Amino acid sequence: MENWDRIREKLQILADAAKYDVSCSSSGSKRANTEKGLGNTTGMGICHSYTEDGRCVSLLKILLTNYCIYDCAYCVSRKSNDIKRAGFTVEEVVALTINFYRRNYIEGLFLSSGIFKNADYTMERLVRVAKKLRTEHRFNGYIHLKTIPGASDELMNEAALYADRLSVNIELPTETSLKQLAPEKNYHDIMKPMAYLQQGITARVEEKQGVYKAPAFAPAGQSTQIVIGATPETDQHIMTLADTLYKNFKLKRVYYSGYVPITSSDHRLPVIGTPVPQIRENRLYQADWLTRFYSFSVEELVDQHHPQLDLDIDPKLSWALRNPHCFPIDINKADYHLILRIPGIGVGSALKIREARKFRKLSWEHLKKIGVAFNRAKYFITCDSATHFHRDMNPDALRHQLLAQSKYAKGLSSQMSLFQ
Amino acid sequence: MMTQLIYDGTLWGLLTVIFEAYERRLEQVRILKTGTAHPDIFGTSLLIISDPVKAARVWKGLKEKLSASALHQFYSCYLSELPQIEDTLLAFTRHVFASKQNSEKDFGHEATLTLSKVGRMVHREKHRMEAFVRFQRWADDVYFAIVAPDYNVLPLIVPHFKNRYGDQRWIIYDQRRKYGIHYDPETGKVSEIELELTENPLTPSAEVLHAEEKNYQMLWQDYFSHVNIAARKNKKLHLRHVPMRYWKHLTEKQPG
Repeated sequence: MENWDRIREKLQILADAAKYDVSCSSSGSKRANTEKGLGNTTGMGICHSYTEDGRCVSLLKILLTNYCIYDCAYCVSRKSNDIKRAGFTVEEVVALTINFYRRNYIEGLFLSSGIFKNADYTMERLVRVAKKLRTEHRFNGYIHLKTIPGASDELMNEAALYADRLSVNIELPTETSLKQLAPEKNYHDIMKPMAYLQQGITARVEEKQGVYKAPAFAPAGQSTQIVIGATPETDQHIMTLADTLYKNFKLKRVYYSGYVPITSSDHRLPVIGTPVPQIRENRLYQADWLTRFYSFSVEELVDQHHPQLDLDIDPKLSWALRNPHCFPIDINKADYHLILRIPGIGVGSALKIREARKFRKLSWEHLKKIGVAFNRAKYFITCDSATHFHRDMNPDALRHQLLAQSKYAKGLSSQMSLFQ
Repeated sequence: MMTQLIYDGTLWGLLTVIFEAYERRLEQVRILKTGTAHPDIFGTSLLIISDPVKAARVWKGLKEKLSASALHQFYSCYLSELPQIEDTLLAFTRHVFASKQNSEKDFGHEATLTLSKVGRMVHREKHRMEAFVRFQRWADDVYFAIVAPDYNVLPLIVPHFKNRYGDQRWIIYDQRRKYGIHYDPETGKVSEIELELTENPLTPSAEVLHAEEKNYQMLWQDYFSHVNIAARKNKKLHLRHVPMRYWKHLTEKQPG
């Protein structure tokens, strides 16, 4: 590259502009290294580094440009915001990706863009980067492209041929909020490419079961992001929306992004200095996990009487305390799915328990060694020991007792300091 | 009576020791590497010489009893180099051979559970190395990286780097254990190498490096600092993911 100083400046501006998109995943795709090509994706994904805010750095996450014709209030690149603007050429993005990749800095590229001219014009540039990487550089690393709302089916189709993952951000949990803060956007334009891609992905999966080798079509699927705390929606709203997206559009991931205030002059939004709702964001991710890997339904975690997740305790414990009739669970007999529902037992411990109990009855000592969070789990379990912790435990008293235990006490104090 | 069995530190050596423990019907055994053993005045010490035939018999026996992943875990645990891991591996082996059914998931058995935990620790370190290796491109087009992993995981990361960087020449050097792995794109083979490093390899002189290397390091440092969101600063979480002992080999953690 010729002008390193200019490249540095562009990278700083366009990394800054891209960082509020929280997706970092580089998993879900298996792309072998073809002969004499560069790179592969292994299905697992690797976090090569972590930022000082503790987020994973897996991909080179940049905007192609932060020039934008839209004026979405929550977005740092909105048209009316007075910031430095820049744009990469296709060749520059390709050179950065290849050179970072060869040094083992990254798993691949996550390319998004401000919308310049129109949706198709922008999408076409993004596709061109991916195409060049795959065809000219035989790059087999991970590529995540943002799909631009309103882009044509032809471009979406081409994007899916070169990218591992595609995503379009819903950003706001209701169309009312979207209308208010992003007047140029609408749910229809966002959902249309999502639906188109989902059909393509499903069709390709079916083809692949045939005898011939069909080319990959967005093998790592689609994801989206919802901004939390910029608008008044409840966790019930958000989780119900996420559930619909998982079920109807077969999304691989819904990301929740606590709103980071970027302006003090827009009365529609929290002002600069308002704390980022990190604990709420964390609870949403925990609840999301419970619905995807622990076979909880959204209705079990939030409902009309409990529209918000409990900030003080995790959603599984919260559910357990609301449903004392489900406990105690006999660790030596209960179905695997019931064991997963015990607070303090994760997938790893549950699998170990399922295997270990085939050899002998498990006692408290075994469970401790296997690695369950004993101080939480013990109130919900019976096992092969004479000691019981479950008797006469009333949920309110238990909640207080558990909150007093160190882990939660710490969580609470950091929460307090957030609001001071 | 306690018997000390002393071996050469190799996997074949360890498997030979296990063979001898059976052969000589030794009940109470401590297995030690040469150089780490102290004379035991109350017991006997035996120096066991690696024997490929005996070692292969033990390995074959394990292979028949265990799944491929449990066998791999056995190897990973050996690479952990943790004190007394050999004793745990022997206890595990005894349990495997004594059980009629496959006992590798008998997590109520102490050695079996310990190995599943150590195996995970080693796997985690392997995964960390796949993440934290930072190549510097040299003027002669070798991509060179230095690491100092907690466990001896270079043998475990070979397939990953070979598959990923099949078209570039690279070296990953373990500073702690003083050996490296070298991949040659012409032959497609990885070999172990021992290197005498004449200058501090973390800060090579300008003529050693490729003309563009410093620029890309700077761009990576820029990128790293600009993806951070200051309003979300969380040092504790950061340190949990990137413990300080790895920093000296991370390009993004070097002063710009």
